[in-house]
Amino acid sequence: MMGPLTLNHYLLLSGVLFAIGTAGVFLRRNLITMLLSIEIMLNAVNLTFVAVGRFRGLVDGQIITFFVMTVAAAEAAVGLALIIALFRHRETLSPDAFTSLRW
Amino acid sequence: MLLLIPLFPLAGFVINASLGRRLTKSISGGLACAAMIASFAVSAFLVSGILGEHAAPLEYTVFEWIASGSLHVPFTLRLDHLSALMILVVTGIGSLIHIYSTGYMLEESDAEYARYFSYLNLFASFMLVLVLGANFPVMFVGWEGVGLCSYLLIGFWFRKQSAADAGKKAFIVNRVGDFGFVLGMLLIFATFGTLDFQQVATAASTRAVENGALGVLTIATLLLFLGATGKSAQIPLYVWLPDAMEGPTPVSALIHAATMVTAGVYMIGRNAVLFSHAPVTLSIVAAIGVATALMAGTIGLVQNDIKRVLAYSTVSQLGYMFLAMGVSAYAAGIFHLYTHAFFKALLFLGSGAVIHALGGEQDLRNMGGLKKYLPITYWTFLIGALAIAGVPLLSGFFSKDEILFRTFTANNPYRLLLWGIGMVTSLLTATYMFRLVFLTFHGERRVSAHASAHPEEEEPAAHGAHPAHGSDRGAHDHGHAPHDAPPSMAIPLIVLAIGSIFAGYVGVPHAVGGSNRIERFLEPSFEVSAATRSLEAGAPPAVEGGPVRPVAVQETHAADTEGGDHGSTEIQLMALSSGVAIAGIVIAMYFWLWNTAAADAMYRRMHGVYTLLLNKYYVDEVYDAAIVQPIKLLSTGGLWKGVDAGVIDGAVNGVGQTVRAASSVLRRLQTGSIRTYAASLFLGVALILGWYLLNAR
Repeated sequence: MMGPLTLNHYLLLSGVLFAIGTAGVFLRRNLITMLLSIEIMLNAVNLTFVAVGRFRGLVDGQIITFFVMTVAAAEAAVGLALIIALFRHRETLSPDAFTSLRW
Repeated sequence: MLLLIPLFPLAGFVINASLGRRLTKSISGGLACAAMIASFAVSAFLVSGILGEHAAPLEYTVFEWIASGSLHVPFTLRLDHLSALMILVVTGIGSLIHIYSTGYMLEESDAEYARYFSYLNLFASFMLVLVLGANFPVMFVGWEGVGLCSYLLIGFWFRKQSAADAGKKAFIVNRVGDFGFVLGMLLIFATFGTLDFQQVATAASTRAVENGALGVLTIATLLLFLGATGKSAQIPLYVWLPDAMEGPTPVSALIHAATMVTAGVYMIGRNAVLFSHAPVTLSIVAAIGVATALMAGTIGLVQNDIKRVLAYSTVSQLGYMFLAMGVSAYAAGIFHLYTHAFFKALLFLGSGAVIHALGGEQDLRNMGGLKKYLPITYWTFLIGALAIAGVPLLSGFFSKDEILFRTFTANNPYRLLLWGIGMVTSLLTATYMFRLVFLTFHGERRVSAHASAHPEEEEPAAHGAHPAHGSDRGAHDHGHAPHDAPPSMAIPLIVLAIGSIFAGYVGVPHAVGGSNRIERFLEPSFEVSAATRSLEAGAPPAVEGGPVRPVAVQETHAADTEGGDHGSTEIQLMALSSGVAIAGIVIAMYFWLWNTAAADAMYRRMHGVYTLLLNKYYVDEVYDAAIVQPIKLLSTGGLWKGVDAGVIDGAVNGVGQTVRAASSVLRRLQTGSIRTYAASLFLGVALILGWYLLNAR
């Protein structure tokens, strides 16, 4: 029963990946895992771009994806550096330990 | 060359103001005197150049000051006959007073001494700009500049509260007048499109004389006159001048008697053509002048402070000058200005010598019998008093008589009333001046332990460690006999005394065989100059003899040709006013020399009048109640507590409090937990997306 792959398949996969990423951000109690989850969300979006571009015969989706990947790389670098700094500070990776920036 | 006249004192000011702290007294004082004398020499040289019959006025444009559209104001100095007389008075008498000051101010510290002379030089510079200015704005520069220097010098001993207050009072009262002056200036520009004196005069001369109606010329001249009342201390703005006596005495002599306060008179003389075309204004000028003369004369009769008597006398004499201006006797007014400068400067310097000799005593009740201690001061003071009283053959006699004669023959329905009040004031003048002479120099010496008699006089000493700083009284030894003026002070006194005797001889009237040279000398300044008239190509030739010339000038010519009738009137009036002057002196002799008990009895009998006069008609109190207190009340209750504290502060504080209240609730959102933030972000995105998706179809 495997019909041809349509755009909907890609969008569905993308939605699932995005949901996994979102759930990871909300549910996991480790900053590194949360960062990974954000990467998953970004890649879900990338998949959407590429798929839509592919099916509509445009290159724009791929171009945007390169930008997103660049930003994601930078974000990962900064994010990991921050996490290391935070860990040195508190000896923990739980986000609940870092709530001093509040009212 | 013309620029050098105000530039010399300005240079003196710059040097003394910047380096004065490091200069010794002889250098800073000598520098200031040298600047004035140099300025006087240049003035004399330039004036000699324009003395000829048909010599044109000198003019020098320093730079183009304002050029904006049709407004075109060059910084031009112009030397004509009127300003020639003025610069000679300012630099001549100014030099003498500078020399006098080197002796008078010797007790100040070096820095204070230099500060004093820098102000004095700055004043001279501005005064010269005022009289040399060829248009209204340049004159206004000088006008405001002398006002500033007046403020600085009245408050020279600013550590003393009363001196600081007097300076502020002079400055603020003058601002009221200056406001009128500026408005008048603007109205003239709006009407004539120019601010040059000659061009304004030419333009005004082509207009009809504004009889009765409240025309634009009348309003403009009234506004200018308001400026003159401020500067020249006339009703209603005269109140600052008596208080100005808080300044050093030479300042009172130079600024508040001889030069600055005559600026208003000069300004009207400068705009004689303009004022001649507004008879309503002239009548008001005459009325205010004579009212001021009488009022100040009566106050002067009972004051006990030697300088205040002289201050009221100045106000009174300025009233005479305005009376002359008001009856279109411009030359007579300027003539009186000129003679008055001599004898009033002399009287003030003489009083300064007395104050100096007594170590700061200014109260007449503590003087007396000084004749034998201060012979030079006594004799010179006596000459000044005789001159101001109008005793025949001294300078004041000729000028005052000229004014009274012109008033008597003026073309004014109230001329006899004006003349009558003028005569009464003349009597008062003689009386209060000789009261001053007798109380100061004659009788028994009443100098006693005045420190205990007048506890308020000790006040300044309490303020600062330096007694000479806080007050006019020096650090003299009261035990010693008073000493006469040192040479630096005595020489100016003698020169001024000689001037007070002979200055009047330039204006001996025709009636007694003189030629009244000053009137003919000044005449060209009061009419439209030939040069500008020829520029006015369209002006009909009929204008020449007609409305171009002020009324007084026409009358002079009438007097010249058919002088017989007027001549005898003039001689009769002269005899009368001489009689009045001598009567005044005799009255003073009776009350304050022969029968001093009578004076006391008189004071007791007319207690109400005496108190009224002693308190200067309560004008200061009335002004305080009518103007100062309401403004204070409005400012405190309305503007300060209402508008400022209520509305403006309220708005500012209200904004702050609203934000604070709102944020005390809203800041709860800032939990610090990343999870919460992420959740709200997610929720927000979901809501927005959901909303769009729902509305998509």
